[in-house]
Amino acid sequence: MDVSFALTGKGYVLVAADTTAARSIVKMKGDEDKIKSLGPHLLMAYSGEPGDTVNFAEYIERNIRLYQIRNLYPLRPPSAASWIRRSLADSLRSRSPYSVNLLLGGYDTSTYTPHLYWIDYLGTMATVPFAAHGYGSYFALSLLDRYHDPEAPLEEGLATLKRCIDEVSKRLVVAPGKYKVKVVDKDGIREVEL
Amino acid sequence: MSRSYDRALTVFSPDGHLFQVEYALEAVRKGTCAVGVRGKDVVVLGVEKKSVLQLQDPRTVRKVVMLDDHVCLAFAGLTADGRVLIDKARIECQSHRLTVEDPVTVEYITRHIAGIQQRYTQSGGVRPFGISTLIVGFDPHDTRPRLYMTEPSGIYSAWKANAIGRSSKTVREFLEKNHKDDMTRDETIKLTVKSLLEVVQTGAKNIEISVMESYGKVTNLDLPQIEAIVQEIEREKEAEAERKRSRLAATAAGQAAMSSRVGEAEAAQPSGQQ
Repeated sequence: MDVSFALTGKGYVLVAADTTAARSIVKMKGDEDKIKSLGPHLLMAYSGEPGDTVNFAEYIERNIRLYQIRNLYPLRPPSAASWIRRSLADSLRSRSPYSVNLLLGGYDTSTYTPHLYWIDYLGTMATVPFAAHGYGSYFALSLLDRYHDPEAPLEEGLATLKRCIDEVSKRLVVAPGKYKVKVVDKDGIREVEL
Repeated sequence: MSRSYDRALTVFSPDGHLFQVEYALEAVRKGTCAVGVRGKDVVVLGVEKKSVLQLQDPRTVRKVVMLDDHVCLAFAGLTADGRVLIDKARIECQSHRLTVEDPVTVEYITRHIAGIQQRYTQSGGVRPFGISTLIVGFDPHDTRPRLYMTEPSGIYSAWKANAIGRSSKTVREFLEKNHKDDMTRDETIKLTVKSLLEVVQTGAKNIEISVMESYGKVTNLDLPQIEAIVQEIEREKEAEAERKRSRLAATAAGQAAMSSRVGEAEAAQPSGQQ
């Protein structure tokens, strides 16, 4: 039931995820943060099997941090994405695979470019200008095809994101009520209000 | 006979010594000096830096490293052994966060490191780590600075100020004489530099200083800053020497005046009295 979106713009990546933690048809919690900061310029939205998601995200978070402490600089987004994809692919072929879908957004401070990766639990990775996971993707992708502009300033990006969320609220039977939106750019990570 | 006790395995000698561990301590004594000093709400690490070769990249030679956001470590002894131990400690820091969702306390990581060092004195086919470490930092949700030391034997202990490595005895004695409780940031840094200057002849360019002021706030002083402190210390020493000299001169002059007056008195005496 999780819904997550992400899109790139001029020098930033926007990542949004709903904030419901549900069990079966019951909503247990309405303010769950499903977007983890993996570094000063790296964000990861996770969805999938509850339990797997947080466990996998924390495992990734700690390993990315270990890399940074060992080498005194953080992993750049493309390398981080490759490593995370590999972790999922290895997990898929293990006795107990994680079923976690990810959106990884990052800003590369050495090339000044935003990066966005769509990764699913099978270890598929795609570099994309915009992405979505969950039921929301059926509604949002066509909107993003129509309205996404990779050169758009933050306000326009937020407006496009708002369009997606509104559309999901309008058409999806089990639409989540609230979303958390985070942006990563040259200044790092911050949360924004829609 | 006794030669069979100081070979590959760490086994007791008849008089209860573990020679391998003692040799490891010897390796520590040959390493460059490292000093840690605790102030009121600051803790400072200072290390003696070997001069790098002309064509070497100095950034690749590190003796003070971060284990986590809030824990810093300096070591003396075999650098290669240090690297291995540091990596084990860094993994433990992240592993601890992953399992209990809290950062390590300084004592916890110290105990972990000392535990690894101890293990290497009691297992077959390995040799002890040839390093001593100084571990400084702040515990989460706490403002008190911490300073610990570990040794190759696996001993660990908490300190107000301590030194390891080459001439550490001289430095420790200096610290014992000059350490005060509740020192400010500047006083603590100055004492660290001063104590290192006891054994580092070449001055500022061979000293590295790291200052931790609160949880996760670490700064490394750059060369001009250290040079300024060294100059200040030298000025103070100069002034002290000057005061001593003038005092000596004053006493000497006083004595001279006394003796000359005595001489005059003697001269005033009729010489033919005897």
